[in-house]
Amino acid sequence: MSKNSSSSEVVTIRFSGDSGDGMQLTGGQFSDNTAIFGNDLNTLPDFPAEIRAPQGTLYGVSSFQMQFGSRNIYTAGDDLDVLVAMNPAALKVHVDDLKEHGLLIINTDNFTPKNLKLAKYEENPLDDSALDKKYRVIKVGMTSLVTEALKDLELTAKEKARSTNMFALGLLYWLYERDMQTTINFLNKKFKNKPLIIDGNVKALKTGFYYGETIEVVKTTYRVDRAKYESGEYRNIMGNQGIALGLLAASHCNDIGLFFGGYPITPASDILHMLSNYKSFGVKTFQAEDEIAGITSAIGAAFSGRLGVTASSGPGIALKGEAIGLAIITELPLVIINIQRGGPSTGLPTKTEQSDLFQAMYGRNGECPCVVVSATSPSDCFEMAYEASRIAVEHMIPVLLLSDGYIANGSEPWKYPDVKELPKFKFNYAVENSEDFNPYERNPETLARKWAIPGFKGLEHRIGGLEKADKTGNVSYDPDNHHLMTQKRQEKVDIIANFIPDATVLGKTSGKLLVIGWGGTFGSIKSAVVKAQEEGLSVSHLHLKYINPFPKNLGEIILNYDKILIPELNMGQLLTVIRAKYLVDAQGYNSIKGKPFSSNEIFEVIKKHLED
Amino acid sequence: MTETIQLTKKDFSSDQDVRWCPGCGDYVILAQVQKTFPNLGISKENIVVVSGIGCSSRFPYYMNTYGFHSIHGRAPAVASGVKLSNPDLSVWVITGDGDAMSIGGNHFIHVLRRNIDMNILLFNNRIYGLTKGQYSPTSEVGKITKSTPMGSLDHPFNPPALAFGASGTFIARTIDKELKHMGNIVAESAKHIGTSFVEIYQNCNIFNDGAFSNLTDREVKSDNVIALEEGLPMLFGKEKDKGLILDGPNFKVVNIGSDYSIDDLIVHNPKDRNLGLLISEMTYDENLPVPIGIFYKEDKPTYDSMMIDQINKAKEKDIDLQSIIKGSNSWNVK
Repeated sequence: MSKNSSSSEVVTIRFSGDSGDGMQLTGGQFSDNTAIFGNDLNTLPDFPAEIRAPQGTLYGVSSFQMQFGSRNIYTAGDDLDVLVAMNPAALKVHVDDLKEHGLLIINTDNFTPKNLKLAKYEENPLDDSALDKKYRVIKVGMTSLVTEALKDLELTAKEKARSTNMFALGLLYWLYERDMQTTINFLNKKFKNKPLIIDGNVKALKTGFYYGETIEVVKTTYRVDRAKYESGEYRNIMGNQGIALGLLAASHCNDIGLFFGGYPITPASDILHMLSNYKSFGVKTFQAEDEIAGITSAIGAAFSGRLGVTASSGPGIALKGEAIGLAIITELPLVIINIQRGGPSTGLPTKTEQSDLFQAMYGRNGECPCVVVSATSPSDCFEMAYEASRIAVEHMIPVLLLSDGYIANGSEPWKYPDVKELPKFKFNYAVENSEDFNPYERNPETLARKWAIPGFKGLEHRIGGLEKADKTGNVSYDPDNHHLMTQKRQEKVDIIANFIPDATVLGKTSGKLLVIGWGGTFGSIKSAVVKAQEEGLSVSHLHLKYINPFPKNLGEIILNYDKILIPELNMGQLLTVIRAKYLVDAQGYNSIKGKPFSSNEIFEVIKKHLED
Repeated sequence: MTETIQLTKKDFSSDQDVRWCPGCGDYVILAQVQKTFPNLGISKENIVVVSGIGCSSRFPYYMNTYGFHSIHGRAPAVASGVKLSNPDLSVWVITGDGDAMSIGGNHFIHVLRRNIDMNILLFNNRIYGLTKGQYSPTSEVGKITKSTPMGSLDHPFNPPALAFGASGTFIARTIDKELKHMGNIVAESAKHIGTSFVEIYQNCNIFNDGAFSNLTDREVKSDNVIALEEGLPMLFGKEKDKGLILDGPNFKVVNIGSDYSIDDLIVHNPKDRNLGLLISEMTYDENLPVPIGIFYKEDKPTYDSMMIDQINKAKEKDIDLQSIIKGSNSWNVK
């Protein structure tokens, strides 16, 4: 039982199994444990849209990938060092992503003739030496070991088998020299009224851990040293959590009630779930009858002086389009969050994509400019939700915040702020009983109109979707007034460039190639650019968080490079906007596969662009 | 509700010119609402009037209160956001048969189901006016309009029956020509805590003139309309010589005289749900008069009050923001 320990800098692992095998929970536990241990990390959950897809099928496979390490981690990793395959379908779907000589951990109990057939295997791959030649394979009858270990517990056979994921987790904990306590605490809390289930799961976890320790097959464990962080307080955070917390902080720190109106949709629903737990802060969540009622109730709330928020994904945002226009013409503060997923139509509900930028920019009737900002990573979501709220109330304007499925469900360590130090919003409240109050009188700097809230005397006024007369806000069909108001609504967006940070470049401020990205591709692009820079290539990275308006200095920065490359998980939407705005011959790199770029793929594209 | 000065109709009239077609039933509804509001004991800064799209939905522009002319069919949802944000406000939804029954049908049923404390006035003229004369979801079958040259094929909604199906807690009907009745019903709806729904039969003199003439023409209306009053027998007719009895599970019209006396008639009880259902179903029955008045009312907790209760309960636990942001698994890096 000699045990060697070797040290690695960065590791990518993936848990995979049937969608009922608990792989998301297993992965989530491993990542929380990893974060607390002190590694930097990034995760990529991937699951089918069906809650319980037919068991054993290829399309029913669910997986959770994470990269962690002792240096900065920007993505969930490309090729795998470790693959856990709980059934034949998982093996079939994922094995090609495993590096040569990578560690392949298989639950052999699920390799039954039926499952093999469902996974479209003619022969049992475990009987073939090909796997053993290419990978280091650990074949474990996990289900039977767990069932045996739990034989004295009064649980059904099904309940016992369901703890098998904990065995796999325990084995991985042993492999990476981890303490199991975080998961034991988690289980105690989750099943606090079901002591037998706790026992079963903890026992399965320990059985996996001790199996690793005992069995001869695994000769080496891996230690990934703690990453070097700047000092501070950290926690692990998922993107949607970050958004919910950012909204909560915006509300609480600025003494403005938060009203969230929304309708459940993947992958945005978690924002509604989380906010519904913050009632003690006065947060009001309203699960509306449809997407339209979600946003229109939030507009009603904004009219009543609250921070109105709605969140959805592409199909829901499409339904909200008319109401976004209403918020724009009534000039009310509103935060609209789009957790993008694969489209069009229902598309790929659980997969990530960046294909709703055009929708955010142009997806409404009339000249209807909307502020568009975007989060770049799970830990950035808090800041951008706070920013979206700030811009909305300071400028009396709807703000669209774009995130995506990868950011929403992915997690990474977050150096969380001291709430006392968060910036305070500057409101535009109308003063009660003010003489000659006009609802469309504007702040000369921001062009924001006054916020006159029902319940305040002397400010009674009417607003609505018909064109407004300048200043008075009365209905106006006057041609010149319509022209003027259309310009003002545009100017109001443009002027926000004066109130947002300049864009910053990672790398040299001039050179041969600038890679511009936005949203969830941050990690892949950054990793690739860092690698290219280490190889001496003249490349820099700029990741846009403010898209409409763009930061003021963007045009100037673009001029400092010979070439511009814009990788996106769409057909070239930011590319089109940038080419139109700056008349620059930027080139796109596009992939629409429902999954993030690998950093290797971006690295290769960078090299190619520098060679041409 | 701190105002003590008695307001008048004028206080509720905005400075905007009213732009409905001359002769439109909407004028009298506006006037009656402006007359009723000063007596509600609510100061005007605490009143919000929300509408959707359609002729009736221009209403908020003419009221000197807070007002929101929103988008087609969505007024109940906008109003829900207003009321839930500030439960102290008196919230009014002005809508039409196209706005509430067609494009906004979903919001209409859900606001009733939730019983959010607001007042919905539905101006039903059984036609699309603003789009110039197509049939509406309350038009009678066979309606010949621009979009149905051979007659409409769909069966109409009966709004009070729909409100019943959606668990409405205050369901009433009035007619634009019955000014006093309308004023009373509007005032009663304001008193109800929960979603109150009032259908107002309203004449569109341009595209559907006379749609309700059998209910409003002096010579015939008494025989065709029954005005329901709580605690009073269901009596109608020019000579007050007709009434309703229950014949099995159905209403039947009888003549007061040799076979029946007033004592045989059903006495209206708006708290009786079964009776309310029967009343709302009378609308399209040619053998029965058309009912107006309060069909049904029920005391039931409102969504807005329960939301406040939950928030107050949650506030008993003192949780600070920093600890929520920190979460349960944080660590320190030196």
